[in-house]
This record gives sequence, C-alpha cells and structure tokens, in this order.
Amino acid sequence: MAQFALKTALPNYLRDEQQRIEEHARRVGLDFFPTIFEVLSYDQMNEVAAYGGFPTRYPHWRWGMEFEKLSKSHEYGLSKIYELVINNNPAIAYLLEGNSLVDQKLVMAHVYAHVDFFKNNFCFRMTSQGRDPRSGSDVRKWIDTMANHGAIARKWANRIGLEKVEEFIDACLSLENLIDPQKPFIPRDTSPKTSEEEEPEETQEVPLLRVDREYMESFINPEEFVESQRKRLAEEAELAQRFPSEPVRDVLGFLLENAPLQRWERECLAVIRTEAYYFLPQMQTKIMNEGWASYWHSRLMTENICDASEIVDYADRCASVLATAPGQLNPYKLGIELFRHIEDRWNRGQFGKEWDDCDDWELRRHWDRRTGLGREKIFQVRSLYNDVTFIDEYLTEDFVADQKLYSFGYNERNDRWEIESRTFEDVKRQLLASLTNAGNPIISVVDANHGNRSELLLQHTHQGADLRLDWAKEVTKALARVWTRPVEIHTVVDEKPTALRYDGSDYSQKLL
Amino acid sequence: MSLRIDQDHSRFRSIVRGRIRQNLRKYISKGELLGRQGKDLVSIPIPHIDIPKLRFGDKQQGGVAQGDGEPGDPLSGSPQEGDGPGQAGDQAGEHALEVELTLDELADILGEELELPNIENKGKSAIVDKKDRYVGVRNVGPNSLRHFKRTFRSALRRQIALGTYDAKRPVIIPTRDDMRYKSWKTEEEPVANAVIIYMMDVSGSMGDEQKEIVRIESFWIDTWLRKQYKGIDTRFIIHDAAAREVDRDTFFRTRESGGTMISSAYRLAAEIIDRDYPASQWNIYPFHFSDGDNWSVDDTLLCVDILKKLLLPASNVFCYGQVDSPYGSGQFIKDLREHFSGEDQLITSEINDRDAIVESIREFLGKGK
Repeated sequence: MAQFALKTALPNYLRDEQQRIEEHARRVGLDFFPTIFEVLSYDQMNEVAAYGGFPTRYPHWRWGMEFEKLSKSHEYGLSKIYELVINNNPAIAYLLEGNSLVDQKLVMAHVYAHVDFFKNNFCFRMTSQGRDPRSGSDVRKWIDTMANHGAIARKWANRIGLEKVEEFIDACLSLENLIDPQKPFIPRDTSPKTSEEEEPEETQEVPLLRVDREYMESFINPEEFVESQRKRLAEEAELAQRFPSEPVRDVLGFLLENAPLQRWERECLAVIRTEAYYFLPQMQTKIMNEGWASYWHSRLMTENICDASEIVDYADRCASVLATAPGQLNPYKLGIELFRHIEDRWNRGQFGKEWDDCDDWELRRHWDRRTGLGREKIFQVRSLYNDVTFIDEYLTEDFVADQKLYSFGYNERNDRWEIESRTFEDVKRQLLASLTNAGNPIISVVDANHGNRSELLLQHTHQGADLRLDWAKEVTKALARVWTRPVEIHTVVDEKPTALRYDGSDYSQKLL
Repeated sequence: MSLRIDQDHSRFRSIVRGRIRQNLRKYISKGELLGRQGKDLVSIPIPHIDIPKLRFGDKQQGGVAQGDGEPGDPLSGSPQEGDGPGQAGDQAGEHALEVELTLDELADILGEELELPNIENKGKSAIVDKKDRYVGVRNVGPNSLRHFKRTFRSALRRQIALGTYDAKRPVIIPTRDDMRYKSWKTEEEPVANAVIIYMMDVSGSMGDEQKEIVRIESFWIDTWLRKQYKGIDTRFIIHDAAAREVDRDTFFRTRESGGTMISSAYRLAAEIIDRDYPASQWNIYPFHFSDGDNWSVDDTLLCVDILKKLLLPASNVFCYGQVDSPYGSGQFIKDLREHFSGEDQLITSEINDRDAIVESIREFLGKGK
C-alpha cells in the first residue's frame, strides 16, 4: 500500500471537486462510508484492476493474464477503465490519471452512489467483518484481509513450492462458484453435536394402526402393510445416517470441514472460499448497483455539478456507458431505467390494489395521484432487494415494451442466435433464469459416503440447461484432488439422468 | 517502478509459452498465422486460459437484451462466449488473447519442439562488410566531428567549478581542454552468406491447397534458416514446362496450366548459383516442391544429371518435397530415391497434407546441414 499512499493523493483541483461532489451527494441523501480517491497512471490502474481492485492479492498467473488483457485493450484503444471502487471501509476508489475533468467528476459522482450501495444494500451486509465498538460503523478491512491472504499463499509457496500451491489453488478456483448464496443469512449451528445431546436410540418398533379388537388385527394391519412399514423405517434409518443429512450448497465449506486436507491446503481453500463470498454480493446486485450509481451520477451531474460548457461532454460519455448492443444486456442501462421507472410510478401513485385492478388503458396512462413517494421508494429498494427480487417485483409489462426488451436463444435449426420473444412473461422468465444463483448451476453435496466407499456425490439441480461437459470433467478432477477419493456428479444430459464420475485415473459419463 | 503484477505476468507468459509448445503443430498447420506477421513479430492468437467451472453449456441458455427486431430475427454478432448471459455490458468483448513472439523466439520453439540440430559451420568464409559507427566521445578529433553539447557541458562544468560562471551573464567560453569529439568504431558485419532457392511446380496439377502447403512449409524453413544464418537471401523459381525467376508474391500466387519439365527449373537454379553465389563462399539451400509428375522419363534423367553435376556439389543440402495431389503420379520422388540412394545430401520428403508439414520440416532440417 505504501507505494500507492505516497504517490497517489488527489491533486488540489480534484480534491476541491471531490469535496464539492461529496457535499452534493450527502445532501441528496446518499449515505456512504468515508471514501478515499487515488489517482493512478494507466499501468497502475491496469495492475489494480487485474487484481480485482486490491493492490495486494495472493500470487496467481490469472492476474497476469488479466493484466495482459487490460494492457493490450488499453493500448489498442479497445477499452479503458474509468472507475474502480472497492467495497471496503473506508471505500477506496481509483481515478485514471489524465482523464478529463468532466470524466473525473462523473466517476466521483458514480462512486459515491456505489459506496452508498455497498453500505446499505442487505446483500453486502455479509461482507462486514464486525462492528467497530467505538464508532459503531461496519468493519470492512478487506484490503488488509486480501493482503493477509497473499501472505498465506506466499508463505506456503516458499515452504512447499510455488508449483504445488498454484496447482492446488487452480483446483480450488474450479470450485469457486460452488457456494451457497443464502448461507450468510442462515444462523450457523456451530455447537458440535455431542453424544449426550443425541436422542436416545429408538426402539425399532414398527408403527401399526390402532386395533381395538384383537380379532381385527390381521385385517387392519395385514402382513403386507407391516412389511412395507418396516421397509420404510429401514430406509429412513439409512437416510438419517447419510452424511450430510441434508444437501449442502456450500460445497467449498463442506470440503473445508470434511475433506482430508493438509494444513496448507486447508488454509489455501479457506482463502478462496472467503474471497468467493466477498465477491458474491457484487454478482448478485450487478444490475441494481450499476443502475443506482448511474441514476445518481446522472442526477448529480446534470443538476449540481456540470456547468454549461461541460454538459455535452458529459452527455456523450453517459450515452456510451448506457449504450446497448444486440445480444448483450447492459446492466447500467437496465438498472437506471428500472430505478427511474419505479421512481416515476411511486411519484404518481401507480401502485397498490386500485392500480393493479385497473385495466383501462387510458386511465392508467394518465394516472397521477401526486403521491411523490418516488425518492423515498428507490432508497428503500436499494436497501432491500437484489437483482432477482428487483426484477421479479418491479419489472412490468409496460417497462418491457418501453425498453424494447426481448429474450433470445440459440436456434439449432438455423444455427444462429435469434430473438425469441418480446412478451412480458418470456422476457421476465428468461431474465430471472439467467440471474438466479448469479448465473451458476445449483450444485449440492448430497452424500459424502457414496456407495459406502467414502466417495463424494454431488447433485446438479437441473432446471432446463445442461452443464458444459468438457468443463464439468475438469471440475470432477479438481473435486477429486481436494476430496482425495472418487467423485460423482449427478446431472441431466440431453434429458437423460447422467452420472459424471472421476475415480482418480479415469473419467466416465454414464446414464443413470 | 516495477509493478507487483510483473511476477504474476511472467508466470502467465511462461504458462502460455508452454501451451504454445504443446500446440505448435496446430499453429504450424494453420495458414492464418502468416497473414499476421508484422515486421519482426508474429502474433499467435491463444485462447484465454479458462479455469473450468461448473457452468451452463454455451448454447443452453439464452438471455435478455434491449433493442429493435422481431422474434425470429437473428442477432447481429453472437452473444459473448463464455460470459453468462446477463453479465456482459461494461467490458469490451472477449477478444482472443494474442501473444507476440519474435521470429527468433518462434524459431527457438520450433527448434526445441522438432529437436532440430543447429547447423554446423561449413567453414565457408563468411563475407564481412565493414561499417563505421559512432559510439563514444573523446578529447581529440577533427572539428567536423565536434560534439557541441558535450563541449558546452564540460566548459560549463569547468566554469562553475572555477567560480567564473555568472548566472546573470551566462557566457561560456570553451578552452582547448573542453573540446569533445565524436569517436567511431569500425564494426564488421556479416552480410548474407546463405541463400535459399525455392523452386515450385506451378503446372495445372498443383491446386490451391498444394500451394498453401508449400507456402506454410517455406515460411517455417525460412524462419529456421534465418535464425541460423546472419543474413540470408531468398530466390524464387516457378516452372511448368519452362522455368522463370519471380518475386516472392508471384511465387505463391501464380497458377499456370501446362506440362511439367522439372529440368528447366534445375537448370535455372544452377545458372543462378553459378552467376551470383560462388559455392566456396555461400551456403546454398535449394528447395524444390512439386507433385511429382514429370513430363517424361528423359527429362527425369536430365534432372538427375543436373543434380549430380551442378546442384549437389554446390549445395549444403538439396531438398525435394513432394506434395500429394489428386492428379500427379508421384513418380519423381521414387526416381530420385532410386538414383540417389545413400546420398545424404539429397533429402526427399512426402507431404500428404497439412499435418505432415511438421514431419517434413524435421526431415529436411533434422540433419543439421
């Protein structure tokens, strides 16, 4: 950090602007962590961006790859990073040296809204590392945490060799997305079950129907019934012995607790898991977060910050941020429009039973109860929703038509991507499907003693889309590397239940 | 300032280099590589190294986007591969990453992969050119080579040291001792001492695919030999029933119809060597590519004769590559093998398809001649 702290303080003219923008942002109601801006040259910017915003991470070739990509695209003028802000308290934001003043102001306004989002959205609560007893504010020292992770990985690389650590980290990264988005909200059962707490062994009595008269016994509880009850009991008993007793979505956590890992492996896996959970909220709120930031930069810039000479440059830049392209969803655009849509609806009272029940088009069009609740509503929405619930609740038929949203898919017959539908239901379903679980398949550990051979069994909850098989193969290998025993994933391929299995030397794909 | 990322970056580069090594065959047989060569650099597109994860298959999941169009209309530009739908937007599209390698590096990798030996020095006297280069500064010299800036600087330094420099009236007067002159060194530069003579059959039976194979193979031969010799000349001869010398571009583009008289090309090559490249001073590499369909047995005998008397004695090695074509009889390579069995100065190789290029390069250059 020292290198950055020394050289990257804001020059005076930017500091003045920053203070002005911060005041405006506070005045409109944004509530953010203290925010530190630093100015970076483009290669520093590319470096920091390659590390996902953190100046220090664990050593890995993947950052180098990102760096090369970013540097190349910068050199060839394909893309340029304007803004980078990290969820930390105090928040750190980076400005690119040499950008025009309008750009810098735009970025600052954008950043304050992001930090407001980090601080207030419920998804990001899971990134808090505690509460500062004196100030009562969230502790989010992720810069330090990431640097510590770097120290852990370096320590082990020095002791047992870079190759080994890197190979293991690669395996862990293959499993990076196998985490449970709901996990942080489930109170954790930390107390280990002791034998006393366990319920006393039940006597294996077969539950039978009550018989008042003895001679009825063979009619009410015939032989077959007794037999089936006994079978059911046996099955239940077997299920109860299954470990884990319920499917576990947090595969990384499960491995961390139950895989026979060496100390260095455990520490590296814990690093990957912690970071995966840290980045999860950003994936879950991409549309909202960018929409919120764009909403506020446009508000602040046009109402408070820009002077007349800057407005055209600003509009130009803003338009390129919000541009859409066929086949690509621009989260900035969708987010800002949806926030504006909500604000407008709540300003005009277009909600509640009366509104929902009204199907007179003319009435709806001119509906205005002058409720003026828009501002309040969007602040509420930014706290209490993530992308899935945001879309689920506020995407309306009118909005889909106004914004020309469509769903697309691959047409096998024509061998091309095509627009599939513009109906509200289809668009919404498609959008929700691609946002669910941050676009990842739902995978859980169902049995850690599969076939009574301590093999690991994972289940893919198939929801219409198959897994990418060549990658799935590599993932089973990575799993087997961590679990040290054969691994099986049950999924569906071409509508047939299939088991993908890696036993340590051979990979196979079999119908179930 | 050295960046922290440099370590990770060099690690990535070495992984990529390893990848290139494994996949070299694929890159060699891909013609597109040639179109991409810059002055000294060759860009090889390498796939982004993905970390495999459990993800949905490429075409399994559609997405949502904004814009005009009716249901059933194709999307212009396919959605980004790899990126899950609904995530794209703020970043530039995924471009295949390219690594740039210098031709030297490329030749190194080629050499390592094919286990090509370095070419032994023939002891043929290398022709050396002398060149003067200004490399330093000294205290004496002709006025025409006076180094004005350095002279001024040393005079200024002296005046400041003596305390005679007055910032208000900054007059600098150099004395004899202050004078500085550029000095030069004479360097010996080897000039071209190797020549490659490419000969190709452009008769009707050589199709586009056959020419493409020749083009790719000659690129790699060029790359390797350039690595081995400081300067290199290339000459190009095309022939059907008659031979003529052409430039590089024409060499790869021409398509003639007509018969094939290989001897015409050999004779021309012998003339060029005789005229421009005295065998005592030059390393000479004739390469001949054909589909092996010569006009007549008599002409083949004539070829053998020219080879024995003129070409082989002058050349380091003579290489004949026979490209498989649907029309050719492929007889010529058999004739050559028959007449020159046991002669290791003549190397023959059959190139049936693109995948055989690598093997053929190994045959041609594997003997280190």
